[in-house]
Amino acid sequence: MDMETALEINQVSKTFNNDRGGVHVLDHLNLTVQEGEFVSVIGPSGCGKSTLLKLIAGLDSDFHGQIAVGDQEVHGPSIDRGFIFQEHRLFPWMTVEKNIAGNLSLRDSEVRSKVNHYILLVNLTGFEKAYPRQLSGGMSQRVAIARALLRNPKVLLLDEPFGALDAFTRAHLQEALHDIWEKNKTTMVLVTHDIDESVYLSSKVVVMDAKPGRIKAVVPIDLPYPRARTSRAFQEFRTVILEHLDHKPGEPDDFSI
Amino acid sequence: MTTITLAENKEKTLKRKKRSWDRGLALFRALFLPVVALLAWEVLTRLEVLPSLLFSSPSLILSRTIELVSTGKLWEHMEISLFRALLGFLLGGGLGLAFGIIVGMNRKSEQYINPTFQMIRTIPLLAVTPLFILWFGFGELSKILLISLGSFFPLYMQAFLGVRNIDNKLFEVARIMEYTRLQQIVKLMIPSSLPNILLGIRLSLSVAWMCLVAAELLGADKGIGYMIQDARSFMQTDTVFVGIIIFALAGKLSDSFVRILEEKLLKWQDSFKA
Repeated sequence: MDMETALEINQVSKTFNNDRGGVHVLDHLNLTVQEGEFVSVIGPSGCGKSTLLKLIAGLDSDFHGQIAVGDQEVHGPSIDRGFIFQEHRLFPWMTVEKNIAGNLSLRDSEVRSKVNHYILLVNLTGFEKAYPRQLSGGMSQRVAIARALLRNPKVLLLDEPFGALDAFTRAHLQEALHDIWEKNKTTMVLVTHDIDESVYLSSKVVVMDAKPGRIKAVVPIDLPYPRARTSRAFQEFRTVILEHLDHKPGEPDDFSI
Repeated sequence: MTTITLAENKEKTLKRKKRSWDRGLALFRALFLPVVALLAWEVLTRLEVLPSLLFSSPSLILSRTIELVSTGKLWEHMEISLFRALLGFLLGGGLGLAFGIIVGMNRKSEQYINPTFQMIRTIPLLAVTPLFILWFGFGELSKILLISLGSFFPLYMQAFLGVRNIDNKLFEVARIMEYTRLQQIVKLMIPSSLPNILLGIRLSLSVAWMCLVAAELLGADKGIGYMIQDARSFMQTDTVFVGIIIFALAGKLSDSFVRILEEKLLKWQDSFKA
């Protein structure tokens, strides 16, 4: 049985125009993501990885080439493609449950039970009536994840979702995201600059090059879950990705200034 | 267990006592200046340092108030004044809110509408009053329209500002979640700009009271403003003061009402509370 294609990126190029002409951000990108896959996109800052995610989301439609989700070409934003931003972007005047419901009515019993289900899934039971200002960064990000998942997206796009969190919360949320992925089978595309994060979570890692943004390598991570970050195999994949990123092993891998 | 709860309870009651004491102290401080001023006024007029015919006195004003209330005259005037102020505010403020949101969310309508509104805004209201009387007569219509013109602008400006201050990032979220245009207005723009809108309501209300006085002083046969004007021509200074106090109270009460509304509606805000 063949896996279905969830996301198809075909010859996508993008140029940002400024006073001195244009900056070529993405150059003829091709990428296919199968249904249920977890794909990470990693690369130095300025490689266009976040731009790519915005194009997939439909937030920016000024590009060349085609992007299709399922058999639908992308023309604008839609609930088909959930988006988790680096900031939680919750509506501050709404409680947790209302944020998750959004434009759907909590009085609808179907919505109500779905909201309860996702609150349970992201482990926020007891915080239904809290306002965003009362939540920690990690909790807010989990609300944002529940809000996106409730709309049952075909693809969930994540733009450095844990970048602003401290190391402990980040590790914890990576685990939480992995659990959600296993339970929900949602196709996910994660943009990150954290190699550990990409190896820990992904079924494949896309390594990008900057100026212009190109795909340099696609590294399938065929390690069984749950993955131990300290295991030798894990470190080997880490090294492979580092080498693709044009770093010699042993050098600090903090290249995203 | 019980000792702990007892101790906790004791601490709680202590805290509560402390809080009510603080509140009492704040009230005392707020009342200090007005009470001293009233006492001085009363003493100075009793000693005829100030002529009581021109300056009246707190006790005279009080007895006049009792008289006006018991004869029902005061309520007669107040009824019509409240009606004018409320209707004018609802008309002007409502339109201001609607236009503020429309102009705020649409760049083209801003370019068409905003410059004209800003120009009209700078015209002193008293300057257009003669025109209003010529066009709409001395009846209710001219007064209500004058009040609504005055209360239009604060709400218009604040609603516009509120919509323009909304974080564009939240609009991106709304687009991804497929909010309709109406949902964007009701579930994003209005709640997000509510702090500005409520401030606009407060400003509009105070302008409405001011315009009410202007309208009633210029020509009316009923209303608090008329009562003041009428009393002045008979040198009834105490009645003039009663009218002034009514305006002060009405303004303060309507303002407090909106502030209570603010506390209820804006509890989600995480702002600095000194």
